[in-house]
Amino acid sequence: MDVLLLSRIQFAVTTMFHILFPVLTIGLAFYLAVVEFLWLVTKQEIYYRMYRFWVKIFAINFGVGVVSGVVLEFEFGTNFANFSQAVSNVFSPFLAFEILTAFFLEAGFLGLMLFGWERVHRSIHFLATCLVSLGAIISAFWILAANSWMQTPAGYKLVDGKFMVTDFSAAIFSPSLFARMSHMTMASFETSALVVAGISAYYLLKGSHPAFFRRSLGIALVMAALFVPLQVYLGDVSGRQVFHHQPTKLAALEAHWETNTTGGAPFAVIAFPDMETEKNLFAIDVPNGLSLLVTHSFRGKVLGLKEFPKKDRPDVPVLFWSFRLMVAIGFIFFFVMIWAAVLWWRGRLYESRLFLNTLWIVHPLGFLATEFGWITNEVGRQPWLVYNLMRTSEGVSPIPTGNVIWSLSLFLIIFAVIGASYFYYVLKTLRMGPDLSSPIPPIQRAAGMQPLKAK
Amino acid sequence: MDLVAIWSGLIGLAIILYVVLDGFGLGIGLLFRSTRNEEERDTMMESIAPVWDANQTWLVFGGGGVFVAFPMIYGVVFSALYIPLLTIVFGLIFRGVAFEFRAHAARKDPWNKAFFLGSLVAVIAQGLTLGGVLSGTKVVENRFAGGPFDWLNPFSVTLALALIAGYILLGSAYLIIKTTETVQEWAYARAHRAAWIVLAFQILVTIWTPFHYPSALSNWFSPPRIYFIWIFPLIGLFAFYELIISLKKRREFLPFIFSVVFFFAGYLGLIASIYPYVVPPSITFQQAAAQQETLSFTLWGVIIVLPLVLGYTVYSYMVFRGKVGTEHYY
Repeated sequence: MDVLLLSRIQFAVTTMFHILFPVLTIGLAFYLAVVEFLWLVTKQEIYYRMYRFWVKIFAINFGVGVVSGVVLEFEFGTNFANFSQAVSNVFSPFLAFEILTAFFLEAGFLGLMLFGWERVHRSIHFLATCLVSLGAIISAFWILAANSWMQTPAGYKLVDGKFMVTDFSAAIFSPSLFARMSHMTMASFETSALVVAGISAYYLLKGSHPAFFRRSLGIALVMAALFVPLQVYLGDVSGRQVFHHQPTKLAALEAHWETNTTGGAPFAVIAFPDMETEKNLFAIDVPNGLSLLVTHSFRGKVLGLKEFPKKDRPDVPVLFWSFRLMVAIGFIFFFVMIWAAVLWWRGRLYESRLFLNTLWIVHPLGFLATEFGWITNEVGRQPWLVYNLMRTSEGVSPIPTGNVIWSLSLFLIIFAVIGASYFYYVLKTLRMGPDLSSPIPPIQRAAGMQPLKAK
Repeated sequence: MDLVAIWSGLIGLAIILYVVLDGFGLGIGLLFRSTRNEEERDTMMESIAPVWDANQTWLVFGGGGVFVAFPMIYGVVFSALYIPLLTIVFGLIFRGVAFEFRAHAARKDPWNKAFFLGSLVAVIAQGLTLGGVLSGTKVVENRFAGGPFDWLNPFSVTLALALIAGYILLGSAYLIIKTTETVQEWAYARAHRAAWIVLAFQILVTIWTPFHYPSALSNWFSPPRIYFIWIFPLIGLFAFYELIISLKKRREFLPFIFSVVFFFAGYLGLIASIYPYVVPPSITFQQAAAQQETLSFTLWGVIIVLPLVLGYTVYSYMVFRGKVGTEHYY
C-alpha cells in the first residue's frame, strides 16, 4: 500500500460517505419548500405539521452532511497537494465560490429555518427555507463544475505542467457540466421523493396517522412521477455526453472491446469482462444496442477499448457493473411509477398493500444508485485526475504512508460511529411520529426584530 | 493596490472572523463540563445552535482563500500539517454532530462528551497548526520536503494551551451576554480566571519569542517595526484592564468586546514580531501567489457576495439576539 492508493481509498471513503447526505439535503429542502408554500397558500394545518415532521430528519441529515463535507475541502491539500498546486488557477475558484455562494447561504439561513419559528414572520421563514434549498443546489453546481472540469477540461492552457486560465466561463461551463448537473440534481430530487414516499408507505401499512401520511405520500409521488421519467432521459443525455467526450470511459463501462466496422455495436446486458485477454468471457448481447443508445442509429461507430493504450484504460468490470446497477435502479423506479399511475387512475393508490410494501422496500435504492453513479463517474475518469492531461499518480502529496494509514483508519472508525448514530436517531425520530398537537407559533412581526422578552 | 495584498487581507479577515466567531463556540464546548446540570447545558448549546455552522464556515473560507490566492502555500502547508489539520476536522465532526444528536438522545452523556472532546481536540489542533505554520516548513522545489511531525515543538504546544485559555475567555464572555442567573454567574467567574491565564500566556510567549526566533529581537528594536510594535502590548494591557473592570462591574457586552481586543493584541503582536517568517521562510507572498486572472476573477465574486454574507450574518444575530432559555428549539 502506497500513499497514492491509500489517498485514493481515503478520498473514495470520505466522498462516498459524504454524498449520501447532500443527496437528501438537496431533495428534502425542495420538498420542505413545497410543503411550506402549500401551507402559506392553503392555510391548512396539515402542511405545517408535515413541515415540522420532515424538517427533523432534514436537520439531522444536514448536520452530518456539513461536517463530512468540510473533510473534502481539506483533502485536496492534504492528500493531493501536487494536483492542487498544478490546477489551482482554474480549479480553486470553484471551491471558493461554493463556500461564498452556497455554504454561507445554507448555514446562515438554516438557523432561521430550524429555530426561527418564534422569531420571524412566516414569509421570512419560507424565504429561509427557499434559500437553504437554493444554497444546496448552488453548492451542487460548483462542486459538479469542478468535477466536470476534471472530466472534460476547458478554458485553460498548460505552461510548464501548470494549468493557467484562459477563459473562466469555458472552464466553469465545461462540456459535461450540463449533463452532470441535471443528472445529479434529479438524482437528489428522485431519491428524496422516494425516501418520503417509502417512509409514508410504511406508516400507512401500520395504519398510524393515515391522513398525515397520505398527504406526505401524495406530494412525494407527484414529485417522483415528474422526476423519475425525466431522470431516464437525463441518463441518456449523460451517456451520450460520455460517448462524445470520454470515449475510453464509455467503451469501458459498456465492456466494448472492438470498434464496430461492419454493423452496429452490440449492447451487453450481462458480461464478465476480462482485462487481461481483452474480451468478455461471457456476454448476453443485444445486437446494435450500443450503437442505437449512444449514436441513436443502428450502425453508428463506437470506438472499442482496444483503440486506447492499456495504461490509459480504467477498470472495466467495476465500471461495467456499477453502471448497470445504477441503470437497473433507475428502471425499477420507472416501473414503480407506472404502477403508481395505474393505481392512481383506478383510485386505489393508498389501498394497495402490495404497492405500499414495494415502495417501502425500494425507497433506499436511490442512495445506492447515486453511489453507483459516482463510482461510474470517478472510476471511469481513471487513470487521470484531469482527463487525458494529468495522471492520478502525479497529483498526490509528498507525505509519508503512515499519515494516510492513520487518517484513513480514523475516518473508518468515526464514520462507523457517526453513521450508526445517524440511523439510530433518524429511526427514533420516525418512531415518535409526527407531532399533531403542539400550538402553531403566532404570526410574528415581519422583521422579527423584537427581543423575546418583550413578546 | 495590488491583488496579492488584497487577498492577504481577505484571508486575514476570514481567520480573524473565524477565531472570534467559532472561538466562542468552541469555548462553550470547552466549558461544557463546567456544569453537571443538563438544563444549563441545554442553555449553553442553544446559545450557539443557530449560528455555529455559519461561524465554522469562515474556517473553510479561509482555507479556500489560501487555495485561491497562494496555491503553493496551500499545497505545502496542508502536506506539512497533515496531522494537525485533519485532527481539526475530526474534532469538528464530533462537535458538529453533537448539536442534533444530543437534542434527540435520551442519554445525553455520550454527546456531552463528544461536544466537549470534539471542541478540545479541534482547539488543540488549531494551536498546533498555528505553531506549525509559525515554525516554518521545509520546502524543496516548491514542494513540501519535511517530516510528518515537524510542527510539534514546545512553542507550538504552548500556543495550543494558550488557545484553550483564549477560547474559554471568549466562550464565557459570550455566555455572559446570552444567559442569566446561575450560568451567567459562573461565566463571570470563568471569564475572570481565563483572563488571567491568557495574560500569563501572553507574557510567556512574548518572552519566549526572541529565543524561538532570533530575528524577533532585532525586529522589535529596528525600524520600521520599532515605530509600531510596542502598540500591541499596550493595547493588550489596556484591554485586559478594561476586561477585568467590566467583569467586576458585571457588565454584559463589554467583557466580550475587550476579550476580543485582548486576544488579538497578543496574536497580532506575535505575527508582527516574526513576519515574514510565516510559512516557508524562503518564499514571499508574491512568489507563492496565483495567476493574476484567478486573483481578480475570484475577487470580483468576493466583492459582490461577501457583503451579502456579512449582511445576513448580522441579520441572523439580530433575530436571535437576547437571552436564551425562554423557549425550546427542539
